[in-house]
Amino acid sequence: MAYSDKVIDHYNNPRNVGALSKEDPTVGTGLVGAPECGDVMKLQIKVNEQTQVIEDAKFKTFGCGSAIASSSLATEWVKGKTLAEALSIKNTDIVKELSLPPVKIHCSVLAEDAIKAAITDWKKKHDDNGK
Amino acid sequence: MVKLPIYMDNHATTPVDPRVLDAMMPYLTNQFGNAASRNHQFGWEAEQAVEQGRKQIADLIGADPREIVITSGATESDNLAVKGVAWMYREKGDHIITCVTEHKAILDTCKHLEKDGYRITFLPVDNKGLVDLDDLRKAITDKTILISIMTANNEVGVVQDIKEIGKIARERGVLFHTDAVQAAGKIPFNVNEMNVDIASLSAHKFYGPKGVGALYVRRRNPRVLLTPIIDGGGHERGMRSGTLNVPGIVGLGKAAQIAREELQKESAELFRLREKLRTTLERELDEVYINGDLVKRLPGNLNMSFAYVEGESLLMGINDIAVSSGSACTSASLEPSYVLKALGVGEDLAHTSIRFGIGRFNTEEEVDYVAGRVIEVVRRLRDLSPLYEMAKEGIDLKSVHWATEG
Repeated sequence: MAYSDKVIDHYNNPRNVGALSKEDPTVGTGLVGAPECGDVMKLQIKVNEQTQVIEDAKFKTFGCGSAIASSSLATEWVKGKTLAEALSIKNTDIVKELSLPPVKIHCSVLAEDAIKAAITDWKKKHDDNGK
Repeated sequence: MVKLPIYMDNHATTPVDPRVLDAMMPYLTNQFGNAASRNHQFGWEAEQAVEQGRKQIADLIGADPREIVITSGATESDNLAVKGVAWMYREKGDHIITCVTEHKAILDTCKHLEKDGYRITFLPVDNKGLVDLDDLRKAITDKTILISIMTANNEVGVVQDIKEIGKIARERGVLFHTDAVQAAGKIPFNVNEMNVDIASLSAHKFYGPKGVGALYVRRRNPRVLLTPIIDGGGHERGMRSGTLNVPGIVGLGKAAQIAREELQKESAELFRLREKLRTTLERELDEVYINGDLVKRLPGNLNMSFAYVEGESLLMGINDIAVSSGSACTSASLEPSYVLKALGVGEDLAHTSIRFGIGRFNTEEEVDYVAGRVIEVVRRLRDLSPLYEMAKEGIDLKSVHWATEG
């Protein structure tokens, strides 16, 4: 299978690889996929509580090159965005940007899910803290 | 410096040996006759070349040249063996025994026959990839007409106990076919010592050309009869019609001759290189697992799972090396390897498997390069792997509730 130049670039130079502390109240963690399916993404965001802006994002991914590229791109895109803006990122935007073939669309879906899961986690922590 | 890319996928196919090509060239050029032309020199030369090839093939497996039926390759040989026996012996019985890790050419042929009313037993394998001989004995009934068990597996390289299986078949009066495509020319294979009645071979798996293969069909004790699957001019004693592929047969024969003469030396060298690759990877990387029995195995085969690193992403990282993966992502079906599944390899580890197939033209320098690249890329991808991170934190991945929806 031939990969697009952008997928190869993200694979060779993944952006924002790493981990943020799961315990940090300003951090939201999304873990999606399953090892049996061949794809697991962990995407983390650090959010400014006042402005709701995502100040930092990190990821780690187990999966094919397209899955790595999708999550790498997702961290690039969410950084600097508000939570509301980040929630509007669609998997189809990722497909377009990386020129993913039809068999790899599930990678982009997983990346969108990872963003949503991280935001949900952050909101949950935030609500709990507010109580 | 090694020359890139490196080809280390010799179970998929092998390059044509230059000596094989040299032998074939005259028959691709001036000596183009039809082996069935009985009335002129062109035909005689072609026929002579075919008969020499047939003898070389027979010699490789300890057969008589009259027991060699030329086909277009292993898939046709497997089809002819299984359908040919099923159709010929329909009066005698309707039961065939095979095994879950067979090549699709056997499995799908059996499934086809199942739809036509035959009964098929697909024997399981243990976690080393081996068929249990007691399971086999118990599966045989008075309606069993064929046992088809491959000699060496194309994915994990596991070599079945063919001699014993042949003995069981012989004792029970059941014909025994083996797909010897990966084994012939790689390990000693003799149809008489191993009690084999029918055997499939393919030229391109042992440095011959693509598009030509053979089926060994025993002539006596017992005499095996096959109903042809291709009808026509009655070539190959009626078992396989169609003008003979003269250059292909010459190539198959030459490849068989070279394999027979060099087998001992070559298999020892492949084993040495394979062991060097295996021990280097095991020394430098934690959590790597060999798939399939390590001892009963083709000398050039290494099938290994690199936990927490998805196979396709590993292949992408070692894109100057040609190997294959049992990962779903590399196949059209999106299912991980059914062979690994049959061995009880979990889907999580099946996704991380790589098959290395070391062959005649691989050098030690290449093996060192491959080992180095694999180690480097596995380490890099593990730094990127949330699963590796979790495992290192002591989290049992089996206990995690994985949600595929965010």
